[in-house]
Parts: sequence; structure tokens; C-alpha cells
Amino acid sequence: MSAMVTRVVLEEEESARGVEGELLEISMGPHHPSTHGVFRMDVRLDGERVTRLKPVFGYLHRNHEKIAEKASYLAAIPYTDRLDYLCSMTNNWGYALAVEKLAGIPVPERAEYIRVITAELTRLQNHASLIGFLLQDMGASGTPLMYAFREREKILDLFESLTGARMMCNYMRFGGVRVDCSSEWLEAAQNIASSFPQFLDEYEQLLTGNEILMARTQGVGALSAELAVNAGITGPMLRASGVNYDLRKVDRYGIYDRFTFRVPLGDHGDVYDRYMIRLLEMRESVKILEQALAAIPEGPIIDPKTRLRGLRPKAGEAYGRIEGPKGELGFFLISDGSTNPYRYKVRPPSMINLTVLEDMCLGRNVADVVVILGSVDIVMGEVDR
Amino acid sequence: MLGEGIVKGLAETARNFLGSFVDEERLTTVEYPEERLPQAEAARNFPFLIYDGDDAEKGLRCVACQICEKECPPRCIHIEKSKDKKPDYVGKQQFYPAVFDIDVSVCMSCQICVEVCPFEAIRMDTQFELSTDDRFGGLLWTKAELAKTNEYYHSIHPTEAGETDARLDEEKAKVAAKAKPAEAEMQAKA
Amino acid sequence: MTQAISVEEIKAAMEAAVPGCRAEILRNESPSAQHSLLIDHEHAVNVAAFLRDDMALRLDFCSCVSGVDWPDREITEKVKVKKTVTTPEGEAQEQDVEETRKTMIPGFLEAVYHLFSIEKKHGPVVLRMRTVNRGGDARLPSLTPVWRSAEFQEREAFDLYGIVFEGHPDLRRILMWEGFADYPMRKDYVPPAEDDVEAVAK
Repeated sequence: MSAMVTRVVLEEEESARGVEGELLEISMGPHHPSTHGVFRMDVRLDGERVTRLKPVFGYLHRNHEKIAEKASYLAAIPYTDRLDYLCSMTNNWGYALAVEKLAGIPVPERAEYIRVITAELTRLQNHASLIGFLLQDMGASGTPLMYAFREREKILDLFESLTGARMMCNYMRFGGVRVDCSSEWLEAAQNIASSFPQFLDEYEQLLTGNEILMARTQGVGALSAELAVNAGITGPMLRASGVNYDLRKVDRYGIYDRFTFRVPLGDHGDVYDRYMIRLLEMRESVKILEQALAAIPEGPIIDPKTRLRGLRPKAGEAYGRIEGPKGELGFFLISDGSTNPYRYKVRPPSMINLTVLEDMCLGRNVADVVVILGSVDIVMGEVDR
Repeated sequence: MLGEGIVKGLAETARNFLGSFVDEERLTTVEYPEERLPQAEAARNFPFLIYDGDDAEKGLRCVACQICEKECPPRCIHIEKSKDKKPDYVGKQQFYPAVFDIDVSVCMSCQICVEVCPFEAIRMDTQFELSTDDRFGGLLWTKAELAKTNEYYHSIHPTEAGETDARLDEEKAKVAAKAKPAEAEMQAKA
Repeated sequence: MTQAISVEEIKAAMEAAVPGCRAEILRNESPSAQHSLLIDHEHAVNVAAFLRDDMALRLDFCSCVSGVDWPDREITEKVKVKKTVTTPEGEAQEQDVEETRKTMIPGFLEAVYHLFSIEKKHGPVVLRMRTVNRGGDARLPSLTPVWRSAEFQEREAFDLYGIVFEGHPDLRRILMWEGFADYPMRKDYVPPAEDDVEAVAK
């Protein structure tokens, strides 16, 4: 572990505790392989046990919101790619949705379908790589992550052939999407949708029954439903705690009311449930993909009346949110009638999901902290903005 | 049985490992730079300027309208408008960029400049091996470095270039038709 | 995202449940039609607790907390005033005179809370609180004791806007570093010159 260790004798605590030993204060990170980027946790340890944990972040802070407030509505889209850089498609969608609400822009049918297809592909690759990273954090170095990356690569190739970039897609626009997809592309997406369950079976064969994985995850980092709701936890983490709240079902944004899929829920809210929820969600995503690919109509891909350049929404405000792979991704926009937003605020799911990190880690071993953090699914580009 | 899950997992790994000897599909990596994967046609990296014909100065499509400069999210484009005018592809007198610089160390390859350009003058290149030992001058591309032929554009994005050419031809035809409206009207009446 | 319960109903319920609380409906003219409720400081925590616990509303999920900066602005308007003018004949006469009036509207900082109900699946209900001014009195009561999800986001609003949330359990800078003096999201923030590394890393 490359963490900086400082030995701190806390007088008042030591006197209260007698002679058992001293407390260690460890600064885990910011350059630590388990922290998914530059993230630091100030951990106070009693032996191996965590008695306090304070997340420290902001190392990647670039004031994304200020940049967007100084840019036009169109120019903010490529910046949203860089929030959660694993899921640029869903970031684009969240922002586009907020602008559409703000300015009352309709979206053509075909564009809605393309949005669903790309967003579900994004969810697949995000969840697959998250499980890979989680196992990597647990010490299964390489194999699960490489299997996930093999599948992710296929999806990224698909994104590249559609949008020109693997990760920074910059694809969605308010009122639709940027370029149309060809029938070959849809066929390639269909191939991924039909081969993905095989990969999931393989993945489950590799991992789900594994005794080490179960020992390391079951009962670790349990989060109660009440705390999860009160602390604003969203996404797979909330559903692992047994709360049925999926914005695709609740808000039915876009055209999600047309697809049949289930919302998997967990019982215990521990790391194992979070792992399982993501596996199950991938299976549901494949179902949505199959339905969307079968039903996609021909037609325009962008609202012809909407001006992309120099859009001036009427003064007012709007909060738009979507179910991102990591949780509720919201955008709050205030317009003063000019070409750039007066206020642009991102509700980053990864950052808010960190609120309960301390609650989940208290009393656990320091090795569990790494696993618990891995199960939260954070991307620092979004946490720090 | 304890350990059953681990054994199952190991069997899966072994299947993948042995499979890589018989199945090409399971070999997912290539030995770059000796071996290269084909690039997607839509791939984009950094912008370049298109010129028609052989003369980069004369044939440059850019008319220095500066829309891309204003719309560029990271503001990496710098344009200085010319004092004089030169004819563009339809023969209309237009300004041209006296200076057109792109700082590719700032550029984030978002393609907004391409989208907003009304003159089909700026497009995205696919070259990615661009390392240089000069981090300031080497990454500040001037007009001379940015200008590339329409043929080059056709070689990297054939479909897109075909569409662009069709659009330009249409416009040229429209201008030609407008140039002799009286004649056209006479013909229509007849 | 339909508003199952209108803001007027929520305002009435709120005022009935928390005696003395003052709420004002702020209309939102954009197509989103997400109207908001401006609440006063003294009763904010009680109002929030009521919104969370009321069986009909159950706004148990505070999704988004945003700071907004509204700087001082000057409004120039032409007003018609009735004035008594003495005519040359020596008669007092009432006349309409146009006057340009300049009014300073003092700025304030605002915290906007977007509330949803996970149990009842409705929302958003938008709560707003405004500080007295942008200087020393940029204080608001913290709603973190009611919704823990506000913890990091209120810290962020403190960090980037300088809104002091009273009653927040751990109000420290979150994205900027300790010792940074300014509030970078305010509209009048002047960033240091790009090449001035010293000023940036101070």
C-alpha cells in the first residue's frame, strides 16, 4: 500500500482508552491504486479497525460549472463528456434533457430510440468494467477486469464508428442526436446485444459462486434503506438496499415507458448485493436493447426547428434528471434569456453516493474500505468536476 | 462444497486461456505499432482545413467568418481576417484567414467547429501519432500545417467527403442558375 | 416528472403545519413549469422536517442542492409622477411628469433544493432560501439535519459561493483547498492570470 502513514497520538482518546494501543491516522491516497483516480481518505485506525473516515477530494476540480456558464448551450455538451468519462453518452443525455425541458424542445422518435440504445450500451460497459475494478480492488488482479474490458472494447468500437470517438462521444444534442446510425451499425449493436448474455454467463461462472468473493463482500458495507434514502443515494447502490427507485420507471423520461424490463432489488445492501444488482441490471439492459433495436423507426434524428448555435431559452429554470449508470444524474439550469446558462449545476451521483462512505466503513477493517469504495462506483471526473 | 466456486472460475479461465490458441476471437490484443487495427471511418482527432485544387493559399475554403473561433468550447482557434478579398469556390469575393492557428494541446477533439462551419472548410483528421519534443511551437499548428487537400479528405472520410462535395456542387449549380436568371425565366416561359 | 401536488397546496399545508412560517411562490415561466417556494430562515428546518415527514407529501429525497449568485443590480425605469407645477399665471396645476428613477436592488445568494418523494414517486418540489446580502450576512440554516444528502452539496455551496450554512455538522471547503480565500462560482470572481502559478497555488 502506497499510503502515507502518520502516527498520531491523540491525547484525549488515548487517556480514555487506557493502554491498549495508539490510534493510527492514515492518509489513503490521493495516489493510491484503489481510489479510482486522485481521491483521498483520512482514515483513523484502531489496529485494523476504522474509527473515522473522511473523504477528501477536489484534486481534479476544474470548475466545470463555471466553464459551462461562460460557454454557449451547445459548447457545454463536450464538457459533459468529461464528467463521468466512462459514460459520456448518458452525460450528454442528462444535459440535453435539461435543456429540452428548459426550452421546450421536442425530440423525434428515431432520436429517442438511438438515445436509449446508446445509453443502455453505456450502462452495459460501465457495469461490466465496474465489476472488473471491484474485483481488482479485492486482489483478483487482471482476469475479471480484462474480461470486462474485452467486452467494453466492442461497445467502444461501436461508439467510435458512430460518433468518431471511443469515450468522448459528444453525440447528443438538444432536440435529438448529431449523426444518424446506419443499418450496419444497428446490426452490429444487435450482435452485441445477442452475445452479451453469453459474456454475463461466463462472468458469473467466473465470479458469482467464488468463495473468496463471497467472504470478502457478504455482510460488508451494509447500508440500510432508510439511511440510503435520507442520504440521497441513487442508482444501483440504492436499489441494492432494497429501495425500488429507478428513474427509467419513475420519470419514464424519453421513451422508457415502451419497454418491459424489471428493476432488480437487493435485500442486504452489502457489497455483494451491489455486485449482484449490477449483473442483473446488465441483463435487463440487454432486454431493453433488444426491444429498442427491434422497434427503431426511420425518420429525422433532430428537431429541425431548434437552433443549436445561439440557442436562447426564455428566462426560467429547469431541473432534468436521468438514470445514469451510477445513479441519478441531474442538471439544474437557470436561463436569463441569453445564449449561455445563468446557472448550470450538475448533480453528480458519484459524489453524493460518497456521503455514506464513512457510515459503511466504520468498524470494518482497512482492507474492507477498499472493497466498499470499489462498490460505490465513483469516477473522479464527476466527483470533482 | 467449499472451493467449488473457485474451481469453476479457474475452469473458466483455463477455457479462455486454451481457447486463445485455437480461436482468433479470443486474442483481443494486437502488437502495436507493428500491427494496426483498421480505423473507423468516423474517427476524429484534430481539425484541418480543406483546400480545393493544388494551391493551398488560393483554394482554401475558409472565409475567416470566425464562427468556429467563437463556438470552440476550449477557445483553441485563433483567426485573423485578411484585409483584401479573394474569390471562393463559387467565384464570390470573400475574405480569407491571414492567420489561422489551432493550439492542439488545448483542442479537445469535440468537432463543434466542424458542425458550425457553414462553408465546409474545416474537418476532422484521423492522425493520432503526433508526438513532438516541442510542447509549445510543435503543438501550435499554423495555416500551412492545417491546410490539406480535398483528395486527402476523400481518402480518410470517403462517405462524408462525398456528401460534402455533392452539397457544394449543388450550391455551385444554384449560383450558376442565378447568374443567368433572365435566361432561365425566358426558357421557363417558352 | 409531473407535479402531483401543486405548489399552492404545498404552501397551504406548510403554513398550516408550521405556524408563523412565511412562504412565497415564485413562478417559473419556462416550459418546465417547475415553480418554487421561497421560505424564511427561522422556520426552514421545521418546514423541511414537515415536508419530509408529512404522510401526504413524504418528500424523503433531497436530490439536488444548488447555490446561485444574484449580484447587486441597478434598475433604471421611467416613472410617471404627478407633480404640482406652478403655471406662469400663478396657478397651481397638477401635471404628469416623467422621471427616470434608478433603484439599486441588493444582491443575495440563494440555495435551491430539489425535493422528490421516493415513497410517493412525485416531484420535483423546489425550495429556495435567500441570504440577506452577499457580504457578511450570507447565512442560511442548514437542512443537512433533515436530509443528509445535503451534506456534501451544502459544503459545495459554501465552498464555491460562500453561503454559511448554520447547523451544518461539518462545514469545510470541499473542492477547493483549505486556505483558499475567494468564492470561485460567484459572478464577480476574477480568476488569477493563467500563468500566475503562485497565485493559483496559494
